[in-house]
Amino acid sequence: MNDQAELVKDLVTEYGIKREKLLPILQTVVEKDRFLSASAILKIAEETKIPAADVYGTASFYSFLDIVPRGKYVIRVCKTITCAMKGKNQILLALEDFLKVKLGETTPDKLFTILETNCLGWCHKAPAMLVNDDVYTELTPNMVVDILSSYKAEADKK
Amino acid sequence: MTTKTKQLNRIDLIFKHEDDCKEILKKSFDRSHEEVINEMVNSGLKGRGGAGFPTGLKWKLTSEEKEKTKYVICNADEGEPGTFKDREILTRVPHKVLAGMAMCAKIIGAKEGYIYLRGEYKFLVPQLREELKKFHQIMDELNLDFVVDIFLGSGAYICGEESALFESMEGKRGEPRNKPPYPTQCGYLNKPTVINNVETLAHSYTIMKYGAKKFRELGVKDSWGSKVFSVSGDTPIPGIYELELGMSVQDFVDDFGDGDTKAVQVGGASGFLVPRKRFPKSHIGYQGKLTGVSLPTGGSMMIFNSSRSMYNVLDNYLDFFQEESCGQCTPCRVGCQQLLKGIKAVKRGDKPAAYLDKLLKLTETMRLTAKCGLGQSVANSFSSIVENFREEMIY
Repeated sequence: MNDQAELVKDLVTEYGIKREKLLPILQTVVEKDRFLSASAILKIAEETKIPAADVYGTASFYSFLDIVPRGKYVIRVCKTITCAMKGKNQILLALEDFLKVKLGETTPDKLFTILETNCLGWCHKAPAMLVNDDVYTELTPNMVVDILSSYKAEADKK
Repeated sequence: MTTKTKQLNRIDLIFKHEDDCKEILKKSFDRSHEEVINEMVNSGLKGRGGAGFPTGLKWKLTSEEKEKTKYVICNADEGEPGTFKDREILTRVPHKVLAGMAMCAKIIGAKEGYIYLRGEYKFLVPQLREELKKFHQIMDELNLDFVVDIFLGSGAYICGEESALFESMEGKRGEPRNKPPYPTQCGYLNKPTVINNVETLAHSYTIMKYGAKKFRELGVKDSWGSKVFSVSGDTPIPGIYELELGMSVQDFVDDFGDGDTKAVQVGGASGFLVPRKRFPKSHIGYQGKLTGVSLPTGGSMMIFNSSRSMYNVLDNYLDFFQEESCGQCTPCRVGCQQLLKGIKAVKRGDKPAAYLDKLLKLTETMRLTAKCGLGQSVANSFSSIVENFREEMIY
């Protein structure tokens, strides 16, 4: 059995075969793989005895449960009104310039994906973004470079 | 503009440092269920998530259900643009929220509770787990069989709608259900469920501690008490403020505006835009005694100054709605897309200005026919922006 199949099996053993536990299972797989591959969805369906179409249907509803490959660090820049007013576009430009990929794309080394997202709930400290689960607020283009550099360094160490 | 005479009262109840949670809970457990429900009903507390359903009544209705299994759910899926107060409450005073849940559980007879936390706030989980440990210890000491767990969302605004939230917890797409039946009868796993906003639960604790009478010393008739507001946009002092309900938008702007305020969006993208000329006659609170227009709100107050284009604001909201619409019912799914396409076409000159009136009719149709609050409330911001800033939509 490969790592993924084992993870799914362990998760189902831990949570039990219950539809209510589907979201936590999907979330844990995404946390590890950064997305839900077709094989992961099939494995989850098999183990939970939920039809694969239902697993896919549920996963594809949620914006944080990605069903296409993403980088190790998924960057989600808030695009809702206050962040848009306070310079979200400059932040996006700084990200694109530093990573040399466009919004929606993943860097060739599979390290970073740049995405936009709806209101993150940091309007009083706009503009804001998430890198995986970490929150960064009151961003400036210079800060963005520093933040990404630190993630790059962290990844290089491993 | 009127000259500023006095500052709005800053209230300090929700965030006030208090750690005698156990004592208050014990006191409330020692009282009869009827007494506690009466206290809640008398306080006049209404749901602080925005919809404003009377909290005491919600608890009472659920307590009357015969079903054995019941649930208490704290709705922390705070996704309305411009709202961030629930995060602050869960960060600074989570024990008050949990105490509110325990009070409710005791009355309705629930053994399980959940905090549905939006995925964007996942960083809060470790500190909430610590708090839950302490809370469960207190539950043991007070002999109440009630366990609370955290359920994480995964980035879907619609899951803040209570029935969509249940669907999500049940491992399904977050698509709202038909109502009735209401959650008080048929909620999570089709069992009677009390679902309250984070702030509502914290207020319940305050009411239990200080009494309904004290709660009603604040606010105005039909809109009693204080409310935590999330203030953002063109203001020198963005942040979280607890203020009395019933204030006029003018008083609010005098305190929080930058001197050049053109409009205030009350209640987030699904709320209303108040233009400058309406500041004095618009009040923050529920329908009732207030003269002029009453605007209920989940606490989102976004301020725009004269440098902002209201077209850009509306475009941003509609982009938000068309992405966050669950897609289940046609009026909302297609309506949101057509509204966005429509205002873009008018702006480009591909459609005449009169096309805006057609779009206004469409929002009215959505208000009448959409299945849940999302589709129904798109009309609020759309009509209040298009009617008050029509020229900005065209030129």
